[in-house]
Amino acid sequence: MKEARCQLELRINGDTRLANAYPTDLLLDVLRDSFGLTGAKPGCRNGDCGACTVWVDGQPMKSCLLLAAECPGLEVTTIEGLKGGEMQRAFVEQFAFQCGYCTPGFIMNAEALSRLQPPPDEDTIRDWLQSNICRCTSYEEIRLAVREVIQRRSEGKLAEEAERLVEDGSGGMKGELNG
Amino acid sequence: MPMIPFPFDYYRPATLQEAVALFGELDAGGKRPLYYNGGTEILTLGRMREVHTEAVIDVKRIPECRMLGRHAGMFVWGASLTLSEVHDAGLFPLLGKTGAGVADRTSRNKITLGGNICSQFIYKEAVLPLLVTDSLVRIVGPTGDRVAPIGQLFDQTLRLGGGDLLVQAMTATGYAELPYVTIKRRKSSAIDYPLVTIAAIRTQEGMRFAFSGLCAFPFRSLEMEDILNNRELPIAQRIQLASAALPGPILNDIKGSALYRKHVWSVAMTEAMEALEKGASIGR
Repeated sequence: MKEARCQLELRINGDTRLANAYPTDLLLDVLRDSFGLTGAKPGCRNGDCGACTVWVDGQPMKSCLLLAAECPGLEVTTIEGLKGGEMQRAFVEQFAFQCGYCTPGFIMNAEALSRLQPPPDEDTIRDWLQSNICRCTSYEEIRLAVREVIQRRSEGKLAEEAERLVEDGSGGMKGELNG
Repeated sequence: MPMIPFPFDYYRPATLQEAVALFGELDAGGKRPLYYNGGTEILTLGRMREVHTEAVIDVKRIPECRMLGRHAGMFVWGASLTLSEVHDAGLFPLLGKTGAGVADRTSRNKITLGGNICSQFIYKEAVLPLLVTDSLVRIVGPTGDRVAPIGQLFDQTLRLGGGDLLVQAMTATGYAELPYVTIKRRKSSAIDYPLVTIAAIRTQEGMRFAFSGLCAFPFRSLEMEDILNNRELPIAQRIQLASAALPGPILNDIKGSALYRKHVWSVAMTEAMEALEKGASIGR
């Protein structure tokens, strides 16, 4: 059987991009080879290591477990689409990497985790971070970086909420007083 | 470097009828088609040439396969829901938490309920809660659209005819109110196939159990349940007697010898039965 390429219209980091791909091409390879988005790293290519993690419609997924052909109509975000940000800074500040190969995958997963509402508890953080492997074993530093961002965001949300309540004069009591 | 060492065509039908018709055409053309949900198993086993196909039929955007909710006293689980979606919905913790023991979170964002139940791997842990709740499954195929109790169709694997597609599972909502246990024991790491996974509930009639990892297939045994519910005997003795009524030999492989698996199962069963007899739940 001879394989034929097809043209795929993909949404990548907010842009519409066209790729000529085989039906068997993985999203990971199309991102890297067709679009030069090399932040997603090929590691195990078997769904085990998480180095190739991207977001698909906001959910972290391993791009080695996705055919590019599955992705038209879905929003794909790669590490390049995050353009740095708080999680990346936290990884730098906590020295949460050594060789750095796993870092983009960890950041994509951790960034999605840090946006969960309500903020994730320890069990959820542990569960999510098991999706990625760091062969330099920087796990403790990674966990610290992720917790730091989650805590900061959680406090920021509380501060925002307090500010909003002061502004609308309710003091947070409306619902309680009105039963 | 291509990950899949053989070419295949990719199809994405919009309806169940299209999917089934397409399967028939491709099958008649010798393409050995496969329905494709999360696709994780097709990709990873395909890479090792343990799966071969010339056409995949992606069904995960068909609305019936994506259904999640309550209808006529039943939870409806579309087969294309991911294990993460089932878990996060929080409707039925026994199913959500048992599914959450499979692989890791980002993999579960892709692995589907239907894919896990129809897996070629021997564990299929998401089927356990469906077995203990006498859930129904909706199948669409060349012979039509039908609903059947999962206990009638699941015998070591889900017995589907050629071209049959698992569309949904349905569970009576009342089961979500009952005490339950889901326990997964692995050899060492946090992410691994099970030495043993137990899913259990306690109904008014007694405790029900389903197991994965203990034998070379997942199962629920009514004969074992009769023994395990005999409250005239101490729990340890019931477990010992039930182990003699297993429907197959205990797995004996690199992950655990049969003797070790039996020990791990016995300890986990003691924990499960003690909790259920007190009306307590365990979910981990």
